[in-house]
Amino acid sequence: MIQFDQVSKRFQGGNEALSQVNFHLHPGEMAFLTGHSGAGKSTLLKLIALIERASTGNVIIGGKNLNRVSRHAIPYLRRNMGIIFQDYQLLYDRTVFDNVALPLIISGFSSREVKKRVHAALDKVGLLRFEKKYPITLSGGEQQRVSIARAVVNKPALLLADEPTGNLDPDLSREIMDLFMAFNQVGVTVLIASHDIPLINQLNKRIIQLSHGKLLTAGNGS
Amino acid sequence: MIENNFANNNSGESSSVQLRQLKPSFSSRFKEFFIRHLQVFFYSLGLLSRTPFATLMTASALGIALALPAGLFVILDHARQLSGDINSINQISLFMKKEVSKKTIDSIQKKLENYPEIAQVKHISRDVALQEFQKNSGFGDALKALKNNPLPDLLIVFPSLTHNEPEQINNLLTELKKIKQVDLVQLDIQWLQRLYAILHIGQRGVLIIGSLLALGVLLIVGNTIRLAIENRRSEIVVMKLIGGTDSFIRRPFLYTGFWYGLLGSLIAILLVNLSLIIINDPLAHLSSLYDSHLFSLGLMGINVSLMLLFSGCFLGLMGARIAVGKHFKEIEPK
Ligand SMILES: Nc1ncnc2c1ncn2[C@@H]1O[C@H](COP(=O)(O)OP(=O)(O)O)[C@@H](O)[C@H]1O
Ligand SMILES: [Mg+2]
Repeated sequence: MIQFDQVSKRFQGGNEALSQVNFHLHPGEMAFLTGHSGAGKSTLLKLIALIERASTGNVIIGGKNLNRVSRHAIPYLRRNMGIIFQDYQLLYDRTVFDNVALPLIISGFSSREVKKRVHAALDKVGLLRFEKKYPITLSGGEQQRVSIARAVVNKPALLLADEPTGNLDPDLSREIMDLFMAFNQVGVTVLIASHDIPLINQLNKRIIQLSHGKLLTAGNGS
Repeated sequence: MIENNFANNNSGESSSVQLRQLKPSFSSRFKEFFIRHLQVFFYSLGLLSRTPFATLMTASALGIALALPAGLFVILDHARQLSGDINSINQISLFMKKEVSKKTIDSIQKKLENYPEIAQVKHISRDVALQEFQKNSGFGDALKALKNNPLPDLLIVFPSLTHNEPEQINNLLTELKKIKQVDLVQLDIQWLQRLYAILHIGQRGVLIIGSLLALGVLLIVGNTIRLAIENRRSEIVVMKLIGGTDSFIRRPFLYTGFWYGLLGSLIAILLVNLSLIIINDPLAHLSSLYDSHLFSLGLMGINVSLMLLFSGCFLGLMGARIAVGKHFKEIEPK
């Protein structure tokens, strides 16, 4: 599902955020991406989401070499991924329902379908009762669950999360991770950047470790 | 194609994985396309109504910018029609020498009426002229004190419609000047020609003012949309992250530009008509003083109104399009 082949990323200014990274994440797999702050975790995820482009090497997602994806095709590619951020990235002038509905509206689903699927997604993250609320009135953990509902509402094959529990206390963090595990259970490929080592160790999943842009361990998968 | 890639890959590599990329059917997308357009259309209007004061200020600025050339156009259009009317009733005044007898004047009138260039000749005797003057000027008593009537006899010559061109009128004029009993020949054609020249300049002026203010409208809408884009920067980033295409994300901003143009031109129509109503009363009074039929600019015609609406909406859309084209590419997820 995700294949990194000798991937390096050098930003303008000279520092190399990733150098010669190789790994392979199979469909249906779940892995954690760890490493110190500045190790290159976010950069790696951004390459997958085509927020950044690799300087050298190939990133291949679902059989598609991202070097050959034109700017115009990026939105369609992103519709196959759910992306989750530390700061949720919700739209605060819209209700929970409208936030979660956005990916479906973008893809052109009918209102009836939208309603059905948004309810299903909100139900999965346990927030159905909040659909008419505005995100600002929710707690951090609830806001993160709204963003997860939005990420999974069009059933993407791949979930990416960058420090999804970075702003949450341990109990809430565990709840969020359990949610990701549940999506992985039904076949979604999941890659989560996190440096919450104690929590990660509890979950017994593959760990991909970065240090100063280099791959330390690629875990059991590759 | 792209959308199917993941799904194919999944089913190929792992049997336990059952992933189907969710994708709406074609007919559903086709139908939704129009519904969404309508929704965004009104959604953008809703956004504007959330900040009614700011919206009204911008729309009023647009309205004033559009009203100015539109109003000038309406006035100029009337002036042109009016000057056309005047042209068809060209008249030449022959002031007779004082000592000429009524009999001689009658014979001159008869002679002139036989000219093919002349449609009609009207005689206003000096007595009648004096009475008129006393009645209308307000100097009645002062004039009564005069022993002699100071006014001359007057022959008014109406050229025939077939001899109405400036050159023909000029020929007729030289002809009339040759009559030795005539003291003074006066034709108001010069001011007509000057009026035409002025109207011509006026038309160019409206064109220039119109173009400049159209540019102004583009700039106002462009800047307003630029600010709106700036305000919604984080929203645009989120939209891009969840797979919104540029055209999808652009749409509300384009419609916003359209609404501004529409509101602006509606305000312009209101302003122009209000101005016309204010002008029409004193204008009617003025025309009554000239003893002519009551003259009025009326209200803005339906054609001009439609033209104004169309230009307003077009300029609004264009302004938004320019702003979006210029400021959209910079906004990318980081
Ligand atoms: N846009 C950028 N321009 C320049 N340097 C960057 C940029 N983004 C990240 N970096 C650098 O790349 C390195 C890796 O950053 P990042 O991927 O954010 O690390 P992590 O997410 O593991 O903390 C850091 O040294 C960071 O300063
Ligand atoms: Mg990071």
